[in-house]
Amino acid sequence: MLRSIKLALAATIATAAAFAASNASLAGTLEDIIERGKMVVGTKADYAPWGMRDAQGNIVGMEIDMAKDLAKRIGDAAGKEIEVELVAAVASNRMQFLEQGKIDLMIATMSDKLERREVVGIVQPNYYSSGVAVFAHKDSGIKDWPDLEGKNICGTQGAWYNKEWGEKNKANMIVFKGVPEIEAALLDGRCVGWLYDDSAFIPRKVNDPEKWADYSISTPVVADVPWGAAVRKEDVNEGIGKALSAAIIDWHKTGMIVEWEKKWGIPATKWVADMVEKCKAGNKVCDDVLDEGEIK
Amino acid sequence: METVAEWFLWLKEAHGIKLTIFYDELDRTRFLKGVWTTIHLSFVCVLASIVIGIAGAWLQMSPLVWVRRIMSGYIAFFRNTPPLVQLYFFYFAVDSALSGLFGIRGGIMSSYGWAVMALSFFAGAFNTEIFRAGIEAVPKSTTEAAQALGYSRFQIFRYITFPLAYRVCLPALNNNLINLVKTTTVAYAIAVPETLYISNQIWSDEYNVPEMMNVVWVVYIVLVGVLVWLMHRWEKAIRVPGFGQ
Repeated sequence: MLRSIKLALAATIATAAAFAASNASLAGTLEDIIERGKMVVGTKADYAPWGMRDAQGNIVGMEIDMAKDLAKRIGDAAGKEIEVELVAAVASNRMQFLEQGKIDLMIATMSDKLERREVVGIVQPNYYSSGVAVFAHKDSGIKDWPDLEGKNICGTQGAWYNKEWGEKNKANMIVFKGVPEIEAALLDGRCVGWLYDDSAFIPRKVNDPEKWADYSISTPVVADVPWGAAVRKEDVNEGIGKALSAAIIDWHKTGMIVEWEKKWGIPATKWVADMVEKCKAGNKVCDDVLDEGEIK
Repeated sequence: METVAEWFLWLKEAHGIKLTIFYDELDRTRFLKGVWTTIHLSFVCVLASIVIGIAGAWLQMSPLVWVRRIMSGYIAFFRNTPPLVQLYFFYFAVDSALSGLFGIRGGIMSSYGWAVMALSFFAGAFNTEIFRAGIEAVPKSTTEAAQALGYSRFQIFRYITFPLAYRVCLPALNNNLINLVKTTTVAYAIAVPETLYISNQIWSDEYNVPEMMNVVWVVYIVLVGVLVWLMHRWEKAIRVPGFGQ
């Protein structure tokens, strides 16, 4: 398996190189990375456990493991060690970092949106997904969505899923302006559950296990929004984009993302498990081109 | 009702004006509940704040210095802080401290309860000062005459000072009560399901922000209009010819 991936990588690198040769003034990002022996990756540093700082101040996390694995793959194919340099990015600057050339690629918990695809080159397929769920107290009796009926559920003002998943399940929605108010109301027991993005609950459990000991994600995750890794827009069909795509496909097929979830204490995501099956079955969701209707 | 719904559906189709509260059952029900919450929240707060104002003004005239000091402390506390801050303070700080102390889960009082409490005491502090101004406008000779007739301090307040003072301070009181009705909108910060809170949810779900803004605007114009009309009628009804003119 690994050998075939290496071959595929080598082939893409070769095509990219050929392309670069035909267009000598324009060396590709992948060639630059190989020449420098260093790949600069933008990740989150404040989004545990996908990208966070450890006690020594180093950026670690699931997305950092992905970046390191990609560097290893490129290095193996090129027969050279590739070092990974991490740049901490936040939602408001991650795309700009990429456009400006400050980073070569970005794996930074970014939801895949068509508007974003117009700015940066989001590679296919998506590597992860987050959705909406209820983070409930262990005594709340909430096991699934219908259990919300008649219960006090906290939410954020203006979130579209308050009606779709809260009120339609007959929950008594108590909505506040900001997350801190919701946390206070939840810990005071004014509501038994919190309807929000599941990827916001996991860092709370990881960073503050004692505070949230009685709470867990209690409903299935719904309304998935997949996350995309990105390169510069012009690189998406070039060496680096193809190498990233090939790596993501392999991570899904070999179940590495499932392994990383376990390593970083993230509850197994159904979307990831489904992707493993789809990739093994050769579903077109798992190829490196964007098919009709894949992204909304 | 059917034709009304149909007309508003047509309005949406033809002009893109989405007044969902007229044709969407869920939106209509929750919106009417929201308006009803605003009405009874306002009603309870207006009554409570008047009672607090009267009692406060009477206590302010107390011969006991500590009672007067406590009253000025109360007025300073509620008049010098914004109502939104008070709501947050009671709901998130006082309530969680008290429920922590007594080991109660789920808070000692609902958000509605805290809104009534904070808004009544807030408007009550202003009412106290308004009534005091009215009381001070009653000529000293009048109360002295009552004293000479053997009225007690409470009787003077009940039968002489207050009825006259009340007429003097009605215009200022009207202003404060109108402000109180409008201030009930801040209760949305602690999730009291009143008109603004519900409208916010509707416009988040339906993306009809300008339409709902207009609806909210009309609701408050009508509600405050009714209050103003009632207060003016009352002002006329209790007018003493020749007094305060």
